[in-house]
Amino acid sequence: MTYLLEIAGITKSFLDIKANNNISLKLKEGEIHALLGENGAGKSTLVKIIYGILKPDSGKMLLNGEEYNPENPDFARKQGIGMVFQHFSLFESLSVIDNLMLGQDEHVSRLTVMDQLSYIKDEYDLYLDLNKTVATLSAGEKQKVEIMRCLLQDPKIIILDEPTSVLNPEEVKKFFHFLKKLSSEGVVILYISHKLQEIKELCDFATILRNGNVVKYCDPKILSINELAKFMIGKDINQSYKLSEVEDIDVMNINNIKYNNPELYGISLQEINFNVQKGEIFGIAGIAGNGQSELMKVLSGEINNIKQGSILFHGKEINYLSINDRRKKGMVFIPEDRSGHGAIGNFSLIDNLLLTNLWDVDFFKNGVIDYIYSAKKTKEVIDEFNVICKDENSLASSLSGGNLQKFVVGREILKGPDIIVCEQPTWGVDIGSANMIHDFLLDKARMGATIIIISQDIDELRKICHRMAIISNGKLSKIYDASSITSENIAIEMAK
Amino acid sequence: MFKLEKKANIDKSSVFMVPLSAIGCSLIFVFILFILLGKNPTLALFIIFIEPLLSVFGISELIVKSTPLIIIALGLSFGFRAGVWNIGAEGQYTIGALSGGATILAFYPMSGLWLLPVAFLVAIISGALWGMIPGILKAKFNTNEILVSLMLTYVAILFLSAMVYGPLKDPDGFNFPESRLFHDSGILPIIFHGTRAHVGFLIAIFLVVMMHFLLTRHMVGFFIKVSGESPRALLFSGKSRNQIIYLSFIICGGLAGLAGVIEVSGPIGQLVPAIPVGYGFTAIIVAFLGRLNPVGIFLAGLLLALTYIGGEAAQIKLGLPNAITGVFQGVLLFFLLAADAYTKYKISLVNIRWKI
Repeated sequence: MTYLLEIAGITKSFLDIKANNNISLKLKEGEIHALLGENGAGKSTLVKIIYGILKPDSGKMLLNGEEYNPENPDFARKQGIGMVFQHFSLFESLSVIDNLMLGQDEHVSRLTVMDQLSYIKDEYDLYLDLNKTVATLSAGEKQKVEIMRCLLQDPKIIILDEPTSVLNPEEVKKFFHFLKKLSSEGVVILYISHKLQEIKELCDFATILRNGNVVKYCDPKILSINELAKFMIGKDINQSYKLSEVEDIDVMNINNIKYNNPELYGISLQEINFNVQKGEIFGIAGIAGNGQSELMKVLSGEINNIKQGSILFHGKEINYLSINDRRKKGMVFIPEDRSGHGAIGNFSLIDNLLLTNLWDVDFFKNGVIDYIYSAKKTKEVIDEFNVICKDENSLASSLSGGNLQKFVVGREILKGPDIIVCEQPTWGVDIGSANMIHDFLLDKARMGATIIIISQDIDELRKICHRMAIISNGKLSKIYDASSITSENIAIEMAK
Repeated sequence: MFKLEKKANIDKSSVFMVPLSAIGCSLIFVFILFILLGKNPTLALFIIFIEPLLSVFGISELIVKSTPLIIIALGLSFGFRAGVWNIGAEGQYTIGALSGGATILAFYPMSGLWLLPVAFLVAIISGALWGMIPGILKAKFNTNEILVSLMLTYVAILFLSAMVYGPLKDPDGFNFPESRLFHDSGILPIIFHGTRAHVGFLIAIFLVVMMHFLLTRHMVGFFIKVSGESPRALLFSGKSRNQIIYLSFIICGGLAGLAGVIEVSGPIGQLVPAIPVGYGFTAIIVAFLGRLNPVGIFLAGLLLALTYIGGEAAQIKLGLPNAITGVFQGVLLFFLLAADAYTKYKISLVNIRWKI
């Protein structure tokens, strides 16, 4: 059996994290091959290596039996490898045809491209007005442009990164039809996704990644969704943490919240119901983009116009309170993004401390900021939470991700809050810092604080939560005990 | 084809180097321009940039011209730091001059120390309100504040003309489109006897100190800094984008209005159609040349004022066209932007080839 592309023993590290560890993969002609894994499992790194954006530390690749070392994406394209990214790289103000022309070599004329396009259009049913400005297209149509650009190169292998995330169900159906036709003509499709149902429906073969390792090669049509999920999420639950005692006092009650997202493709929230008790750590799992950031904003008060449903804190409704009014009541928030949301890279650590403290009268008098007091508090955070940095005047951007996250978490914990609401507290953080952050949170819970963690890292949630629920499409599942929840439960709730 | 790549680290010294090299390049540019015009370039530069500084008259005129530039630029810099692009300071200045001047005229011929403060207050409030129009439109309907504030400038200028040709016309003025001359209580005191240098300059210095304090020590300055860095972080810190937009327009419009009333109660002494002479636009150059820093703005304000005076001198003594002032100011802004791009980006020549 000959393979079109063979990958053997690819390893790639970023600092001390192995994003890809000895990964091998074989693609044969005409196959739709799924690359399956959670966020951070190493899928993107692997395809970036194949497409020539990243260079592997070790390992080799064979294309048609010959050694293949792509210098850059241009080289990869010339060798017949095309890629459609999750985030489009189109010029919004140019027309479709101009965008397509920009992808061509200089000597290719517009007429040739038009010819090719009319063939592609008829052949694959990809109708699109070529003179339309890209900015006026829907996300699904923009994806079509990307795909057309890819097809113009006459590729042998097409890599698709989460292609259905911008499509509605009807478009997905058409899209799958198109992919099947493409593969029947011998084109290999490497399909990156974490949507199990899609993969079962579409793919002939699946390689499942977890934490940078291949955990399974399989035929996804044979395995059940639960089995796939088990491989993807992993089973080993590391219950080494001792959880805090929960007191039977409700700290926060979320009753049937409904939020209509005004943004295009934004997720709306509905049927969100849960309560958290004193000393409890409550987890909210889910795949990115299922309403987590909206829920975070609703809890923090960055969205504070919820009319349907109620958010109770110590029994009092806080739907309309601003973020600082909520902070005054003893709530703190740790958003997912450290750069430009929870912290500012160009700011000193002192200024970053002030970012969430300028409601507290200890930090200012008549509007004048007390920088001496602020510096003292910043030093306390640095010392107590093991933040490695030069001093309190260091720029946040000079800290490593783990240290900055320790600072951000420490800044909030030092306020002695009643409740901590955090999103992805250990995202992109080295293992040492991640463990420390978990310890900080657990300590706080033992001292009687309540914690809500929104995270995509299911292992993290199973490790440190008492109870958890899964958010999918803006709806929250029923609530499970974190110690008894199974991979099957999670997979089924995620697919809802 | 040029390729621009963002530099990871920007040299700290660029704060000084960018404006200095822009000034240097502009001087070289006008030097060559003078040669092409057939004038002695050294003499021309001397007359424009050095000679005004050698006489009491020149210094006092520098004070007169720099006062509105500095005050307006301070306000503009506040908004620019927050990412609010008010280009209509000229209009806010005109409205301030008109409303402040009208207040003084309304109390003619009453005398008293209270008159100027009242006129100033009226001018600040009306300048801020005029500034709020693009602010509210941006906050409520997401209109482009650059366009709206710029276009309102022309409305303001025409409104001034309408008033001066109409209700505010001097009853004893032989139908000239001018108001009555302000009476003594409506005129700012002079600092140096025998010159036009007035206490407005002291107000400008006071405002420089205040703005420096506001930006470095006060919460307002902190939130402005956050707003300029990241709108999401601003929301997280508890302030909304709209609050910052309103605040920027109030401060900017208020200061521009103040500059307007200082100008009419200072050197002009009455309302005339030609009050707006472009200070509101030149102040944009002042703000950027001063790196949006109050002390920098003070120095840049003096330099740009010098180009006005020097340009007039060159016109009289060398027969150079008055447009030389505008040319220098424009070229200065051009080189400033170029130097900025050069420090922020790595620029290289590349072949046109499609690459990701």
